[in-house]
Amino acid sequence: MSFKKAVIAAATAALGLGAMMAAPVAQAQEQFVPLLVYRTGQFAPLGIPWGDGKQDYLKLVNAKGGINGVKIKFEECETAYDTAKGVECYERLKGRDGGASGFDTQSTGITFAVTDKAAGDKMPVITPGYGLSQSADGKVFEWNFPLLGNYWTAADSIVQDILKKEKGNLKGKKIALVYHDSPYGKEPIALLQKRAAKDGFELMLLPVTAPGVEQKSTWLQIRQNRPDYVLLWSAGVMTPTAVREAQATGYPREKMYAIWWGGSDHDVKDIGAGAKGYNTVTIHNTAERDKVHDDVKATLYDKGQGTASDVKELGQLAHTRGMMIAMLQVEAIRTAQEKYGKGKVMTSEQVRWGLENMNMTQERLNELGFGKMIRPFKTSCENHLGADWARIATWDGSKFNVTSDWYQSDKTLIDPLVKEYAEKYAKEKNVTPRSCS
Amino acid sequence: MFYRENGQFKTSYAADQQIFPVLQDKWAILGLLLVAFVLVPFMFSDYTFKAVLIPFLIMSLGAIGLNILVGYCGQISLGTGAFMAAGAYAAYNFHVRFEGMPLILSLIGGGLVSMLVGVLFGLPSLRIRGLYLAVATLAAQFFMDWLTSRAAWVSNYSSSGSVSAGKLSVFGMAIETPVQKYLFCLAILCVLGLMAKNLVRGAIGREWMAMRDMDVAASVIGIRPMYAKLSAFAVSSFIVGIAGALWGFVHLGAWEPAAFSLDRSFQLLFMIIIGGLGSIVGSIFGAAFFVLLPIFLTQVPHWLGLPLSTATATYLEHMVFGALIVFFLIVEPHGLAKLWATARQKLRLWPFPH
Repeated sequence: MSFKKAVIAAATAALGLGAMMAAPVAQAQEQFVPLLVYRTGQFAPLGIPWGDGKQDYLKLVNAKGGINGVKIKFEECETAYDTAKGVECYERLKGRDGGASGFDTQSTGITFAVTDKAAGDKMPVITPGYGLSQSADGKVFEWNFPLLGNYWTAADSIVQDILKKEKGNLKGKKIALVYHDSPYGKEPIALLQKRAAKDGFELMLLPVTAPGVEQKSTWLQIRQNRPDYVLLWSAGVMTPTAVREAQATGYPREKMYAIWWGGSDHDVKDIGAGAKGYNTVTIHNTAERDKVHDDVKATLYDKGQGTASDVKELGQLAHTRGMMIAMLQVEAIRTAQEKYGKGKVMTSEQVRWGLENMNMTQERLNELGFGKMIRPFKTSCENHLGADWARIATWDGSKFNVTSDWYQSDKTLIDPLVKEYAEKYAKEKNVTPRSCS
Repeated sequence: MFYRENGQFKTSYAADQQIFPVLQDKWAILGLLLVAFVLVPFMFSDYTFKAVLIPFLIMSLGAIGLNILVGYCGQISLGTGAFMAAGAYAAYNFHVRFEGMPLILSLIGGGLVSMLVGVLFGLPSLRIRGLYLAVATLAAQFFMDWLTSRAAWVSNYSSSGSVSAGKLSVFGMAIETPVQKYLFCLAILCVLGLMAKNLVRGAIGREWMAMRDMDVAASVIGIRPMYAKLSAFAVSSFIVGIAGALWGFVHLGAWEPAAFSLDRSFQLLFMIIIGGLGSIVGSIFGAAFFVLLPIFLTQVPHWLGLPLSTATATYLEHMVFGALIVFFLIVEPHGLAKLWATARQKLRLWPFPH
């Protein structure tokens, strides 16, 4: 009995202590960048290098003196890829330390939930390579920035690569889409249907229930129907499972194309030579190593300040992508500073302006050490995508190599699609598209 | 001492049958409601409302719904997430397909559809019970997962299967700010909570409890098992459906099928086990335990200034949370509600325990 009392007393004391410690910390002149990550849960293998990459780049910027002297303060919040937890993180961090600069939500589900709140909070949502495809339309989606490409541009680039392999003719061919049965996995379908109609191939849709370890029936169907190509819209554990199933069914890995989230080193590393020939589309050119990698290694890892526990993580696809995303965010803040005052902390509204007026020239990218990875791009009021170049990388048994030229998605297919879905969204939500002239 | 009841005489049946027969309780509850409705809206930050209080209120409602089924009627269900999804998607469909449909009607519509789904999946309860039934209700979960992610009309043909609620308003008043949302959820929780409390105190509640305690004996004394079990499924899934609709409309704003996954079902089931089976207030305690405690635990390393990595902090949170669950179940296997009842009993005799 007395033990019980003691424990209860201790618990009460701990609660009280916690409440007292909640007093806010003194405010400093720092730009706050919240980091939503998933280092636990079923997508952790992807989330860890991604989160490390974001942190590494921000640390690099700080080591170099910040953005025109403004240091970046960042804090992680664990979402475990859960929408409700992500919303909690968003709410917790959006007002911290003078206000967040914007959110890279790192999840399609969280993007949907946050998009709804962002306009009210005046908070930019940056979703490079994922999120809502139609949010490329800046007239309707004032606060969303799917920079550098979305799932439609990815799917289009893949089809273009296949077209090239097939000498420009896909008539009578079969292409299967094996996708994670969630909004994330369904995003490319709208575009692929258009492509199928245009190029005359047959599209097979093969959903895989989350988390994606149960794919036997899917691959049985593939064995029966023998599609000419398989597109893989997977994430986390679903990717290695699919590659192993392909191996088991004898489906040629050369004919498999994964979305960028299904093309991380750790997805295929353990399969090694068994995954040889496996293709992934990279958002811009994330399979490439560039000056920024050496910079991060010299500034952080050589001094033991790197985020990842192993320096080998540096240069992996997901890590590089994290760095790229952080770089875009930092450059948006820098652009905003040019208008609203250098050396000042930017509000989220000012950062939004920065995101909308980015002009990344080749010189600037070279300077940042991303010159080989990203092609120059510009954003504008209408165009929140910036650019949509992508390349294909192929696994050679031990690492990914870039194996294709640059592809740019077909504007005649994507633009009407963006417009159609953005209009539908605007109608559902009673959003009056703003004028961009 | 705190609960001195002498001098409080009941002179009519009505007075004897009140929810809170002891005067102190009644005043305490009225005070609590007053604080919740009048003071709380001025006390907290937007974060607390949006991320802590609103999910807490909605989960409380869900737990009350599930408690009616599991705690009062003894029908173990693992399909709560499915009934929440049914409510949310049905409310969404009413909302987008009928121009100008009032929010309240959409919510009630969602509740009614969820009720139908609940009754349908409750049918096996007429033949099987206990763990077997739990597995049968699991089918509801898989079915809804399949339906919400495969049938395009459920999500109004959205390109990705993810849906979002539009602007909310009730009787011409917009529900936009966190405080308005909080008050809206609180009002619904109060109304449905009161309804649930009265149902379980009434004849139908006693039928449910008789079914739970021994269904054979109950049917011998004239309780119709079909009526009792299916009504428990109906009432329970109605409340759970409304909770699901609120979770989608008010808390998340936009959601995908994963928002109502099997995890949600488990979470609610654990809530009522920790909170106290067969107790309305226990559902609220359980929701508080499951919603507030993890958020509190994630903040602790931050407040203490511990330089823990995010992953370590998360695992630590899971460990502490798990340990606390075990601790509470050992201290009081009947849940937090029983702990509260014991505390109340002690307060009655304080300072002279015997």
